[in-house]
Amino acid sequence: MTKKIGRILGEIVPGCTVIALNGELGAGKTVFVRGVAEGLRVTNIVNSPSFVIMNLYKGRLELYHFDFYRLEDDEELEELGLEEYFYAENGLTLIEWANKFPHFLPSARLEIEITKDPRDLENSRILHFKQLDKTKDFLIEELKKSAASCS
Amino acid sequence: MIRKTLILGLETSCDDTAAAVVLNGRNVLSSVVSSQEQFHRRFGGIVPEIASRCHLDYINPVIDEALSKAGVALSDLDGIAVTYGPGLVGSLLVGVSTAKALAYTLDLPLMAVNHLEGHIYANFLTGTVITFPLLCLVVSGGHTSLIYMHDHGRMETIGRTRDDAAGEVFDKVARALGLGFPGGAIIDRLAQQGDAEAFNFPRALMTEEGKLDFSFSGVKTSVLNCIQREAEKGNKVNTADLAAAFQDAVVDVLVEKSLLAIRKKGTKQFLLAGGVAANGELRRRLRQRLANEEIELVYPPAELCTDNGAMIASAGYFYLHQGRTAPWDLNAIPNLELD
Repeated sequence: MTKKIGRILGEIVPGCTVIALNGELGAGKTVFVRGVAEGLRVTNIVNSPSFVIMNLYKGRLELYHFDFYRLEDDEELEELGLEEYFYAENGLTLIEWANKFPHFLPSARLEIEITKDPRDLENSRILHFKQLDKTKDFLIEELKKSAASCS
Repeated sequence: MIRKTLILGLETSCDDTAAAVVLNGRNVLSSVVSSQEQFHRRFGGIVPEIASRCHLDYINPVIDEALSKAGVALSDLDGIAVTYGPGLVGSLLVGVSTAKALAYTLDLPLMAVNHLEGHIYANFLTGTVITFPLLCLVVSGGHTSLIYMHDHGRMETIGRTRDDAAGEVFDKVARALGLGFPGGAIIDRLAQQGDAEAFNFPRALMTEEGKLDFSFSGVKTSVLNCIQREAEKGNKVNTADLAAAFQDAVVDVLVEKSLLAIRKKGTKQFLLAGGVAANGELRRRLRQRLANEEIELVYPPAELCTDNGAMIASAGYFYLHQGRTAPWDLNAIPNLELD
């Protein structure tokens, strides 16, 4: 299901979008991104970028898959040149562990938090969406519609 | 007189800035890595948990140190080899630009090496005679791939991780257990005192007949859920048992998939490379299993398992012999594929 919602998002998301993806280890952040990649028609295998910090995939949009998990201070982040990715016209930026550095994120962004369902740690997840990008309210509306038709 | 070829190898694809001088592709004259304690002592820095990505500050002192340790001057070199991908573009560019500038001004050939391919070449620095075709498991924080190599420069990825790399889950589980960094080495040590049968964690993709791909995200989540459940019940988990059971699950998959690949390809040698190649349990189990099948196991010393310039210089030497030099407009390729 996590992947399916990702895929729906990947199908409808426009370029120049930044998505902050939060959730504890093992919540399924990379699984969600794998769904988004499918929706974008990326054919490569989507691996966790924890060690390499960023992976780039080409699909309908360019997917910049970041992971702040290993980053510790602002200085390390400054060297990445994030702005170049955030505002790429044909790019979608997805950042795992984004809440480690909220001050580096653009104010217009979609926030998604994945939490494990305490009643079923293995199989159940709860996804929270928070739209901070007023121009892209339709994304949430579309996701709601799709989610309603899925369940 | 025997021809002597000296290659300077540069590697800046991830955390470390590294440079090395290698003779004839097989003898390491020097290998300097920015996170090495001795380097930091000499330049008055500290050893950070994760080297902050200051390649630009480090690259020149690291090269100077590599040359001086090897006792050679820039004018003695016969070529410059550099990692041009995969990795972070900003980090890669420091190495690529430096290598291009050096090669151009010294009028030397430039060789562009894939980072993963470089790891395989660490085995050419062990003194063991390596024969083609070869099979290598490259397993690190960023990669877990089974690579079949027909000859220098002719590679085929026959298995790869579909999610997390093995080294990455070692690190994440170590952090969740509060064990610190580097997670792999700590778990390796701790597991020796634990009972691997105290817990049973999943081995992914083992049932898929003939499949050489890996998946480690499931075992990671399973271990984290186990820690969480025990904490909620107020139980104190035996960290050593958990480390042993977790390591057992990961090593099991690595070993079984390696054996499957060996049977498929019929090679007589099996190579390990990458940071996780330093894991004691992985080496022990592979050695045991391969001895039964009369297959030679080769792996680099620990300092050549992790990122270094020597493996890049070694690969560069063989590239040079094949005339595979890079053009002056060489660029860094962040998502460079192996084959």
